[in-house]
Amino acid sequence: MLGYVLLLLIGLAVVSYFFARRRAIAAVQGKEHELHSRPSYHGAYVAAWVGIPSVLLVLVWLLLQGPVIDSLLLWSLPIGTTDGMSDGQIDLLLSEIRSVAAGNIFGEPSPVVQEAAERYQSWKFIARWAMAGVAMSVALVGLILASGRISPEFRARHGAERILSGLMIACSLIAILTTLGIVLSLLIEALRFFDRVSPVEFFFGLNWEPQIPIREGQVTAGGAFGAIPVFAGTLLIALIAMAVATPIGLYSAVYLTEYAHPKVRAVIKPVLELLAGIPTVVYGFFAVLTVAPALRQFGETIGVPIAPNSALAAGAVMGIMIIPFISSLSDDAIAAVPRAMRDGSYAMGATKGETITKVLLPAALPGIMGGVLLAVSRAIGETMIVVMAAGIIASLTANPLKPVTTVTVQIVTLLIGDSEFDNPKTLSAFALGLVLFLVTLALNVLALHIVRKYREQYE
Amino acid sequence: MSDAQPIEPAAGAEWNSDKARRRVRRRYAANRRLQAYGIIAISIAVGLLGVLVASIVVTGYPAFVQTKIDLPIYVDPAKVDAEDPASGKYRSLVREALAKVVPGVPENQQRSVGKILTSDASYILRDYVVEHSDAIGKTITLPLALSDPFDQLYKGVIPKELDALSWVQVRWFERMTNRGVVAEHDGRTSLKLDVYIDPATVDAGPPPSGDFDGLARNSLQAYLPKVHDTSQFDMLANDAPAAIEKRVAADPAIVGKTVQVFFSVSLPYAALAKGEIPKITNPRFTDAQLEAFEVIEQKGLLRTPFNWELLFNADSRFPERAGLAGAITGSFYALLICFMLSFPIGIATAVYLEEFAPKNRFTDLIEVNINNLAAVPSVVFGLLGLAVFLGFFGLPRSVPLVGGMVLSLMTLPTIIITTRAALKAVPPSIREAALGVGASKHQVMMHHVLPLALPGIMTGTIIGMAQALGETAPLLLIGMNAFIPSVENMGLLEPATSLPTQIFSWADSPERGFVSRTSAAILVLLGFLLIMNVVAIALRQMFQRKW
Repeated sequence: MLGYVLLLLIGLAVVSYFFARRRAIAAVQGKEHELHSRPSYHGAYVAAWVGIPSVLLVLVWLLLQGPVIDSLLLWSLPIGTTDGMSDGQIDLLLSEIRSVAAGNIFGEPSPVVQEAAERYQSWKFIARWAMAGVAMSVALVGLILASGRISPEFRARHGAERILSGLMIACSLIAILTTLGIVLSLLIEALRFFDRVSPVEFFFGLNWEPQIPIREGQVTAGGAFGAIPVFAGTLLIALIAMAVATPIGLYSAVYLTEYAHPKVRAVIKPVLELLAGIPTVVYGFFAVLTVAPALRQFGETIGVPIAPNSALAAGAVMGIMIIPFISSLSDDAIAAVPRAMRDGSYAMGATKGETITKVLLPAALPGIMGGVLLAVSRAIGETMIVVMAAGIIASLTANPLKPVTTVTVQIVTLLIGDSEFDNPKTLSAFALGLVLFLVTLALNVLALHIVRKYREQYE
Repeated sequence: MSDAQPIEPAAGAEWNSDKARRRVRRRYAANRRLQAYGIIAISIAVGLLGVLVASIVVTGYPAFVQTKIDLPIYVDPAKVDAEDPASGKYRSLVREALAKVVPGVPENQQRSVGKILTSDASYILRDYVVEHSDAIGKTITLPLALSDPFDQLYKGVIPKELDALSWVQVRWFERMTNRGVVAEHDGRTSLKLDVYIDPATVDAGPPPSGDFDGLARNSLQAYLPKVHDTSQFDMLANDAPAAIEKRVAADPAIVGKTVQVFFSVSLPYAALAKGEIPKITNPRFTDAQLEAFEVIEQKGLLRTPFNWELLFNADSRFPERAGLAGAITGSFYALLICFMLSFPIGIATAVYLEEFAPKNRFTDLIEVNINNLAAVPSVVFGLLGLAVFLGFFGLPRSVPLVGGMVLSLMTLPTIIITTRAALKAVPPSIREAALGVGASKHQVMMHHVLPLALPGIMTGTIIGMAQALGETAPLLLIGMNAFIPSVENMGLLEPATSLPTQIFSWADSPERGFVSRTSAAILVLLGFLLIMNVVAIALRQMFQRKW
């Protein structure tokens, strides 16, 4: 249905393009040079008026149809049905009505539900046809109004270009809308979480056990939302990752910019970038399949017990992933140091190594720092490696051989298979997400600021 | 008016003195050291990449072939009705065919010997007969996949003798260890479990009585919720009920409460916890199975053809039948949506910002936004999709439409940034010439600049799509890791899975066969990524112009 409506609208727009073209040519009896705008601009102008408002209407309709029907449905239930029900129970009732309407009947639904399901069916039917009807009439109105303006003097090109500019501005707004959507959704759900759990407990509590009992009598650990162990675990793993990636990345960059033959550089640099192109789920599996068992075996041979999901394994693999970030950003920073500084150093008789360590690296330090900060933000936000290779239980330890958990692991494990947003367990994921977003944002802004400031210095 | 005095070199500046020579040598040694560090760092990075690829290839390549048996099956007209071939007694047909190949299997062992074949064997036969009804009454030779353990056995991945504990059990125990449940208690390896002393089954006594065994099992079950098998219970030693009984006897007040009880684990697990590997005959095979397998092997009925099912089957609970078709289809749909949204929107945004936007606060805000979006962790986009697309707009869970929408938000910054770079690379002379002959700004853009920048834009888009193809976390959050046993009903609004989430699900499956399937799936994913990147690079090479 929806597909057909959209196809029909697009088809109509295409048809009206040719219609308007022909009409424009007919308006000047075929003498095209008498038109202000070329016929295709007339066509585009009319087609835009036919297609854009109607398709937009369909999209808005689709987005609002579900919530509107839901609230209508609740409103139409017999008075008192939803009294004393929590949001979750109301959601459950709605989804029961929906599944009954879709024909998936389990057991004997109550007559209220049955009736509501029938209403739901008929309203959905009405809504569908109403949408098609309204969209078509909007398209037709657009066609009539726009094609009425076709005349030799009509500045169709200006009109079409204005519409195009409008579309481009609208597209640019999507970036802002996305950020707004992220901030608002995280903030709203996090505030709902802080309604139930005090922020003081969340930010300063030392005990993270989010598995609250869902059913009566279920054996669980309790439900404590002190996120310090989670934050500490995240930092520990990020630290290990940086300890692996920073020296390797930095020395690689130094070698590639200063020592390597251009041909070697042309081969090695893309190979290093390959590391950044491998999906993180692959790194995660690599950690589980190869790195963790190898570390464990190594630990056994030297008599140190290493947990199979130790922070070390996850952090080390994450470090491998981050090497290309550090190396390419340091590479840029070193290459941006002005030639004069390098030449000056050589002129004083310094060796290549002295030039690098005493002139280039200090001069490039802000750029390198920026790159390291960006890499830290990447490490904190990285998800799949830690979901697969790190622990689930939050423990407050600085021992890299023990399992720790991270913010992203908790977000994923708390939300997999769960879409009910009415208990602190799932809501806590959004609070963690908010912290993650703000921290990575701050790191990025700081890093970009440092990099930019440093670049200006040498320009 | 004196002549210029020759400058006396300062003390210590004897260039030829031993000291100076040593100093120069030291300085050059430091230089060489730095160079060596660089070479070592690069070797480590490249070596790690090599180890990664090698370990995936080594574990993954066996999954590209599948052990199959060419089993001659007599389709007995007595058991299959030609009128209604869909409801024949195929299970017994397969069993008979197997009995013909391996005669003399005692009645009570036939069932276990039948497990050499995949559990789907009778359905494969049924589907074949339904399609070829002329096969009824004839003997057909059908290539049937072996079940996972025998597939692995034939490929030499697992031996006939194995550890006392199955891989699955070890994995369960590892999970328990990961959860911090395993502890030393009274000098014995124990499980520290929360036990709910259910007043409904326990009578405090004295003497205490009740279903202590059941309580112990329940408490263990709570830690392994995904497993619906009973073989996990052998993790507890036989004295587990006694441990609870002792606690209740010591303190009757705990009835109705949840208490922590230390259960000692059974012998093999205790050995495992100490790092030993308890060896016995491979428990995955019975002796009858191994004998029958040898007979089949000697008759030369086994072969290992290329495993097309890996690419063309949908997911299955049985590793030997599981394939990637569902995941590939799901990824395709999601990428299609992602492309259809992010390509036009990305180009429009880039063109506006690069060519038309006035320099003001508002456009600055958009630019800052785009740069920051590029660095937002992917899991946050998953949260956005969950809260906005699923929660607020009520779109269905697990569907490629939502997956594609979330992915498109993530690829937009990449496309915008590369498109802007491509637009910047078009020289101003082109614009000025077009403006000079009277074209409008829009015409310059649409007729000249965009077509010239298109190769660069395409390259950026393909790279963005490749990133989207590998993205896992946001798809997990919106539930795009559904179990898809058939590709027939897939669509934009049907539950689906994707390649990376399929890899994640398989990596999490306890069956041994899924380890190499996971690696094989990774190889397929990397193959797709490689193709996309090669196409992107080829496009750039072919159409790149030097101005």
